[in-house]
Amino acid sequence: MNSTIYSEQSVKQSPTNIEAFRHTLSMHGLGMFRGETNTLQINVGFLCNQSCRHCHLRAGPDRKENMNFKTAGQVVDYARRCSFETIDITGGAPELNPCIVFLIEELSSLSSKIMVRSNLSALNDGRHEHLFELFKERQVQIVASFPSLNQGQTDSQRGKGIFDMSIAALKKLNTLGYGLEGSGLELNLVSNPTGAFLASSQAETEKRFRTVLQQKWGIVFNNLYNFTNMPIGRFRDWLEKSGNLEKYINKLASNFNPCAVDGVMCRTLVSVAWDGYFYDCDFNLAKGLHLGGRKIHVSEMPGAPESGSPIAVGDHCYTCTAGAGFT
Amino acid sequence: METYYKPDDLFKFEEIGKEAPDLAKKFFDYYGAVFEEGELTEREKSLIALAVAHAIQCPYCIDAYTQACLEKGSNPAEMTEAVHVVTAIRGGASLIHGIQMRNVLEKISM
Repeated sequence: MNSTIYSEQSVKQSPTNIEAFRHTLSMHGLGMFRGETNTLQINVGFLCNQSCRHCHLRAGPDRKENMNFKTAGQVVDYARRCSFETIDITGGAPELNPCIVFLIEELSSLSSKIMVRSNLSALNDGRHEHLFELFKERQVQIVASFPSLNQGQTDSQRGKGIFDMSIAALKKLNTLGYGLEGSGLELNLVSNPTGAFLASSQAETEKRFRTVLQQKWGIVFNNLYNFTNMPIGRFRDWLEKSGNLEKYINKLASNFNPCAVDGVMCRTLVSVAWDGYFYDCDFNLAKGLHLGGRKIHVSEMPGAPESGSPIAVGDHCYTCTAGAGFT
Repeated sequence: METYYKPDDLFKFEEIGKEAPDLAKKFFDYYGAVFEEGELTEREKSLIALAVAHAIQCPYCIDAYTQACLEKGSNPAEMTEAVHVVTAIRGGASLIHGIQMRNVLEKISM
């Protein structure tokens, strides 16, 4: 039974201050240590055409923190030294970074899977037609933000008109072969809750999105991921202003699932920021918590972080261990 | 301001088991089983619960099932339609009793 009125969890957890995440881990006899690091996440910067209200990085049109060609070159050299299975490019809107073509061209030969996290509207703004072709040619997997089937919810979270723009971009990607069975062009969606509540069941959401997107717009995709919103950055600002912060944090903490610890993404991923410094994940990047608590630049990093090395944690980590977890 | 309905009381619900723990356990077990996925999905059951919460006008249930509906993947348009369904049934239930009124009226009228 989940978060209904009479659930075990809701009746036992009145709103109080939460235990520190580190303490909760130790109470369960757990720690947060790396497994084999097989994914390099590259955050090319915080420039974005949107200013989403749930963005943990406060990305937006006025942000100046963006990866330059010197750092991009160092990142490529690092990827060449380490042979990651997956390279995951994120932002901001990666499409807006001048280095994006260079990164895709250089990295696509170094890794069996390369993915770009797209907000869809930047990709389909009429100024990035070349990227559609490049992504297709290099078989770049697209991970597209698509929070809700409801226009009001989507526009409220991501900006007016974004829902329609996202539908148009998904249709265009389908036309290119993205999301079509056997095309080798993977199109995955990411759905975030559009408020101070937890994400719904991933399997159930995927089933429903598949049916509705196909029926209403003839859109197909490969997989859907449900991500719970991280109470940091712009989303935390909104939680505070709307009076939802304490309740939301309590909800995350009371849904702590020790079984989810093993599968969190930071155990197998390392994140390099726009300025070349490493973090255990994109959320620690937002919090300024360096890789394993140590500031190291990509130009000085000898290889992938070692298996068994500690991961920097904070109370925001409750988000990735709530319920089924965040992988 | 004092009020009979206090949001934090929702979290005290298990205290109802203090004087009758066996009955409370049976109720909570039954309740949990009802909301598990069966022929209906958990999302569909939460929408029904939200509609019923409005019919019985329970503020605790409305609070809990608004959140539950969102967490099960329903959106505001669907939830609003669910409230209209219960409103139609409640309104219809009043209106159909108008036939009783008509029966009495016709019996005693010339």
